[in-house]
Amino acid sequence: MSVLWKFFGGDGWRRFRQDRMAVIGSIVLLIMVITIVLGPFIDKTPIDKIDFSLSSAPPSWAHPFGTNDLGQDQLARVLWGGRISLTVGIAAMVVAIFLGTLIGALSGFYGGVIDTFLMRLTDLFLALPQLPLLLLVIYLFRDVMRQLAGPELGIFILIVLVIGCLNWMSVARLVRASFLTVREMDFVTAARSIGAKPSRLIWAHILPNVLSPVIVAATLAVGNAIITESTLSFLGLGFPPDVPTWGRMLFDAQNYIEIAPHMAIFPGLAIFLTVLSINYIGDGLRDALDPQTRRK
Amino acid sequence: MTRYLINRLLVSIPTLIAISIVVFGILALAPGDPMGEFATNPSITPEVRENIRRALGLDQPIPIRYIKWAWSFIQGDMGYSFTSRSPVSDLMLQRLPTTLWVVGSAYIFAVLLAFPLGIISALKRYSIFDQIVTTLAFLGFSLPTFFTGLLFIILFSVQLNWLPFIYDSTLKITDWNSFIIQVKQSIMPIVVLGLFQAAVLMRFIRSSILEQLNQDYVRTAYAKGLHQFVVVNRHILRNALIPVVTLVALDIPTVFTGALITEQVFRVPGIGALLIDSIYRNDTPVVMAITFIYAILIVVFNLVADILYGILDPRVQYNT
Repeated sequence: MSVLWKFFGGDGWRRFRQDRMAVIGSIVLLIMVITIVLGPFIDKTPIDKIDFSLSSAPPSWAHPFGTNDLGQDQLARVLWGGRISLTVGIAAMVVAIFLGTLIGALSGFYGGVIDTFLMRLTDLFLALPQLPLLLLVIYLFRDVMRQLAGPELGIFILIVLVIGCLNWMSVARLVRASFLTVREMDFVTAARSIGAKPSRLIWAHILPNVLSPVIVAATLAVGNAIITESTLSFLGLGFPPDVPTWGRMLFDAQNYIEIAPHMAIFPGLAIFLTVLSINYIGDGLRDALDPQTRRK
Repeated sequence: MTRYLINRLLVSIPTLIAISIVVFGILALAPGDPMGEFATNPSITPEVRENIRRALGLDQPIPIRYIKWAWSFIQGDMGYSFTSRSPVSDLMLQRLPTTLWVVGSAYIFAVLLAFPLGIISALKRYSIFDQIVTTLAFLGFSLPTFFTGLLFIILFSVQLNWLPFIYDSTLKITDWNSFIIQVKQSIMPIVVLGLFQAAVLMRFIRSSILEQLNQDYVRTAYAKGLHQFVVVNRHILRNALIPVVTLVALDIPTVFTGALITEQVFRVPGIGALLIDSIYRNDTPVVMAITFIYAILIVVFNLVADILYGILDPRVQYNT
């Protein structure tokens, strides 16, 4: 994989390591991921144990992040919400990158009518009002998805698909632009002249050379998807109310903000730290992989 | 230029038609029934429900409904709300001033903040000032507005008790006192929305200026012995701000949809709040109208950005 070589073999890795914020971001994100994945195995506090005697209690030793209005442990819920946020973020990124790469590659490789049509489609998607449409689609189709795949999995699939399908456009443009330059290069002509099929030209020859901007876009897309999912939950349109997601916890905290501000602060900080780390990593990767900024 | 303009306008129309078909299609194909609330009401018999459906035109096939909707929309008639029975345009006009006030002030605030900060931090690259400002901008756009909003409420309303956290739209500005109250209740929504936008803009302005700094024409200007102020003002900014101006235009629709969240946090009864309420109430005509107006905003400001680019940058060729 030429991009891996470029990153580790070339000076990419060295440049990435020198970017202090990108390294701190990677460490913070790594710690968060480990805590989120392993935390529930070590701290076995249930996420849904209701205890009204502890309703909206401030942080204490027994409940480091305090409790919510039902007396449920907020730390356990933040950890659980992290699993959902990260899974949604990564899954939505995969959908967006897959669609974007596919459309950009077809468009850039074949050109002509296919290109015109696909780019018109991209323009159309860019002109769609994203947030209103997201809200609309999720509200209208969540009952169907619930019946099809169960209350949690159904909403998960719906959210991932909708976020992914509304975020592939910039990737498609990036990939198309890179394809347009790379497909004219001599090594592609050489491969073509020895009889390589279009699919082999695309997958084996051109795509590995355009991966750098896609990797950067993918990193930033994860952060973006996490924010979008939290926004949906915050507006009350995400997962079912009993599933603790970070956005949902903020939504619930709104009504108790005067008496229990900790209910908002911890889940909010979790979103903030995750997205901030991801953005710093994305920025570091861009500087490390993109030859354009290298000149500066 | 005129030919280009007409061309671009002609391209916008199919885009708008396509968007309206997409939104209408989603609404029409959705399994939810706008008559759902009548279905649970025992005093309404199936015949009455059928009559209501017919009166609302819901018994006709989707393409016919779409053409009817589109034709009346062009004439400025957006239909009637299912729930409040008043024209959609009336509902929107009630909410519009609040949204325009919040969104408009937020954007002006963002521009006034982002331009000086972006310019100074680019010119004084790597200085302490630059590092602080770029870090703050980075934090700013990694913070979702709904969390910033809640933090502001905790800090300024609950802890310090300086500002009210629920927006009172019935307030009439009659004298100095009510004006102060209006300003006080608008500060938080405007600042939260504005800061986020300022962070995005500032980063863009900074990098746009940095791109110009090493250009040959800048060196020439300095070599002529021009003062730094003149070089920056007359030479660098003129070139660096061309993409920025178009971004400012492109971002206006984003601010409107971003206001959706801010309005929800501070309970500001604007267009965004109306949209969310209507989605929950299955009020199709209102949802359709607002979503489509957002789409019109996007297409129109795309056009504005293109035209501005052409006016500001004479190198742009109109050979479509």
